[in-house]
Amino acid sequence: MLRPGVKDADQEALSGERRETHSGRDLAHFSDEALLALVSRSDEQALAELYDRYGRAAYGLALRILRDSALAEDAVQEAFMTVWRSAGSFLAERAKASTWILTLVHRRAVDLVRREERRRGEPLETVEPAGGEATDEEADLRARRRVVQAALRQLPDDQREALELAYYGGFTQSELAERLGQPLGTIKSRMFTGLRRLRDLLADSGLDIAPEL
Amino acid sequence: MSEPADIHEQAGAYVLDALDDVERRAFEAHLDRCTICKEELESLRSAAVSLAYAGSAPAPPTRLRERILESARNERLAEVIPLRRRLAVPSALTLAAVAACAAIALGIWASSLSGRLDHERSARQADAQALAIMSTPGARRIPLLGAKGSLVVTPDRDAALVVAGLPKSPSGKTYEAWVVRAGQPRPAGVFQGGGPRAIFALTLPVPRGSRVAVSEEPAGGSTTVPSKLLFASQTTA
Repeated sequence: MLRPGVKDADQEALSGERRETHSGRDLAHFSDEALLALVSRSDEQALAELYDRYGRAAYGLALRILRDSALAEDAVQEAFMTVWRSAGSFLAERAKASTWILTLVHRRAVDLVRREERRRGEPLETVEPAGGEATDEEADLRARRRVVQAALRQLPDDQREALELAYYGGFTQSELAERLGQPLGTIKSRMFTGLRRLRDLLADSGLDIAPEL
Repeated sequence: MSEPADIHEQAGAYVLDALDDVERRAFEAHLDRCTICKEELESLRSAAVSLAYAGSAPAPPTRLRERILESARNERLAEVIPLRRRLAVPSALTLAAVAACAAIALGIWASSLSGRLDHERSARQADAQALAIMSTPGARRIPLLGAKGSLVVTPDRDAALVVAGLPKSPSGKTYEAWVVRAGQPRPAGVFQGGGPRAIFALTLPVPRGSRVAVSEEPAGGSTTVPSKLLFASQTTA
């Protein structure tokens, strides 16, 4: 099966042929999609590589929503276990792996925060990571953070507030309407319009914010 | 069913996970029929997910990575031999204690000593057999789950395990291979591991549709069920 534009390593993974053993280093050249193909065949090292790529962003997101490291770990673990179990069926959807993983983490964290009735996030409170620029991954995350924050700053305040309270606070649209003292329709519009604008701003920034397959 | 006029706008709340269960189901039903929403959904989802990158990301505790991998491995190994879940309930410590008691009670220490010379002779033969299997034309390699290496199966269904970096089995313990068919394990020989690459020829053929698992057992091996599964072939042979 030849697929144009797929790297050699991916070709190898997709066709199921592999060296007898591989180190994490070999896998570093695989696309996310190729890693998912390996994960769907129970390749533990491919799951480890996906974790190495997205575990940090996943944990940061879960921690921000849940504000509790044990719960955040649970949310990340459950999301990666879903990846482990469902990589095969996800591949058929042909969407971005990173988007899928972070969507799973978000959904799980929001479920937990609603169940636990934990204190819900105030906008953009940040916990600075200890230490300096340690890894490429960290530098990459910082670059992404700058671009997304710059785009968020360009949104009207009411739209940004709705997006942040929904995404980081785990509030439903009805809870938001009550909390902000606005009609539900207004809240819906703010989220929808805000997301569209955010999408366009990110597209203009030229940085592909969710890494390509 | 009539839909509210602003149903398309629900796409925003939907990708932000800001709908309750009832609202989410209603929107998903709408999504099935609405090409406008479907077309826009992925780009809105990407925008929502970009918010995941807006906060600082402290490094997760290093144990989280191992926790996830271990739980993934265990879940898949549990599928190889469904009985295992029940067997594995005692903690590793309890298992070790039980195994130690059993070894002393059965006098396995003595028997393993007397068997050592025989073992070394037969080990060389097993090595030669494993090498023959590995070089058989048409042999298939199936990667392992839980260890680096592969199961090599010839067209005649003879099989060898090739495992990289498998430490020598602890004193009083041995590795045992199992051929598992329809959840039923059958013992397929014991080996010691060690060296950069352990190779071992199974004493049983590996029929199509079966999997091969390796457990750690008290010296001498077990004849009934594996006590502690360590790794297995990723897929059926």
